Amino acid sequence: MAAIETSTWTTKVGLARMLSGGVIMDVVTADHARIAQEAGAVAVMALERVPSDIRKFGGVARMSDPKLIEEIKAAVSIPVMAKCRIGHIVEAQILQQLEVDFIDESEVLTPADEEHHIDKHEFRVPFVCGCRDLGEALRRIGEGAAMIRTKGEAGTGNIVEAVRHLRAVMKGIRELAAMREDELYAAAKELRAPLDVVRQTATLGELPVPNFSAGGVATPADASLMRQLGAQAVFVGSGIFKSENPQRVARAIVMATTHWDNAEILAEVSTGLGEPMRGLELSEIPAEERLAVRGW
Amino acid sequence: MAQTLPASTPYGATETRRPRIGILALQGDVREHANALREVGAEPIEVRLPRDLIGLDGLILPGGESTTMRRLIDLYGLREPIVALAKGGAPLYGTCAGMILLANRLADGEEPVLRLLDITVERNAYGRQLDSFEADLDIPSLGDEPLHGVFIRAPVVSDVGPDVEVLARDPDGRPIAVRQGRVMATAFHPELTGDRRLHRLLLELIQP
Repeated sequence: MAAIETSTWTTKVGLARMLSGGVIMDVVTADHARIAQEAGAVAVMALERVPSDIRKFGGVARMSDPKLIEEIKAAVSIPVMAKCRIGHIVEAQILQQLEVDFIDESEVLTPADEEHHIDKHEFRVPFVCGCRDLGEALRRIGEGAAMIRTKGEAGTGNIVEAVRHLRAVMKGIRELAAMREDELYAAAKELRAPLDVVRQTATLGELPVPNFSAGGVATPADASLMRQLGAQAVFVGSGIFKSENPQRVARAIVMATTHWDNAEILAEVSTGLGEPMRGLELSEIPAEERLAVRGW
Repeated sequence: MAQTLPASTPYGATETRRPRIGILALQGDVREHANALREVGAEPIEVRLPRDLIGLDGLILPGGESTTMRRLIDLYGLREPIVALAKGGAPLYGTCAGMILLANRLADGEEPVLRLLDITVERNAYGRQLDSFEADLDIPSLGDEPLHGVFIRAPVVSDVGPDVEVLARDPDGRPIAVRQGRVMATAFHPELTGDRRLHRLLLELIQP
């Protein structure tokens, strides 16, 4: 056997592909992580507060304490992800040192840089980044994101923004795929995205990396909705551990993500779940408290 | 202009029928396997429920999270019908998580799932994602051309039974591709590369 190459682009995107069809759950304790794994999560996102509590708590939201991340890593065998602030190169270096399996450069935390995102090619650990439209998705891929997730509006339990963002990405891809080669230059300019990534997306008819969905998934039906609109997997934050019965809601969302096109199973798993997280109407959130607008 | 209709062939006639290969589609890199199967002339069928297994010529257990797949296999009663499909002579191929599902024994003491391959598997044997790697592999039974292996949080085989053929080993000599009769497994992901030799081998194992 010849030389071994670690942390290649193929292994980064490869891990994202392995998570397809699954549910990635936010957890704040090792116990939560075990519940998530038992319910069938494909990965957990280790953080100190779920987004709805970040909203309530206010102040600056930062990377989690490494101690918490280590505890969660020790508790489960599935991949462990963690969030760093947008543009915070050092938080990302620390998370890589902790050997997390994926870093989420996330708008849910308070941005550290209002102009630049992290140069993710420089890291050995793969990154996931949020987006609201195709241009934002392609800029992040250009910077080295190995997975894209639509942002939605985290911590609201309201799916409306996730739908808006995913529809925008999917429509943008269909438009690109229909273009003549010579139209892609102007498209790249308009999308403010690197031409090679634009061209690749047009040729493939899909993003060059897996496209997941996040921000507002609170029920099994929400998870299935995102898959039916074209997301390959879902992130669930506050929706599970802010519900009345986390175990049952977690399992139901996992089943709805697998059987996303089977109405019989969707009806069955949606039955008797108890009170979901309360949820926030978007108009109740002042513009300056919207998380999705963070990132550029 | 008059068109000549093609001579009708009875439904299911073997000359015209593409092999129907299931892919366990609970979660994982199902699409990549589906593309690979189409490239070698098979029809991919996504399997989520026991009824999806009816009439399959073979089954792929894809890459993904074995812990998740194990839960969902039991939730929907897939364990027995998959074992029955294998006992009926259909070939099975597991990649990465699929290898873990097929194994008779797991090194960490977890309960095995399908017990269709007489091997012991060590999960995440190379470490975490930072240790995921690519390397060219010599697989003599597939020809002289090395096969490019992509290993993602990969398992290794720590022990093989007497009827198991080792197709390839890692630099430390540990088996990473094995076959026992019509059941085969690799710790790596050929579906993530353009090499289709292992998918072709699966089709060759279909009983005439």
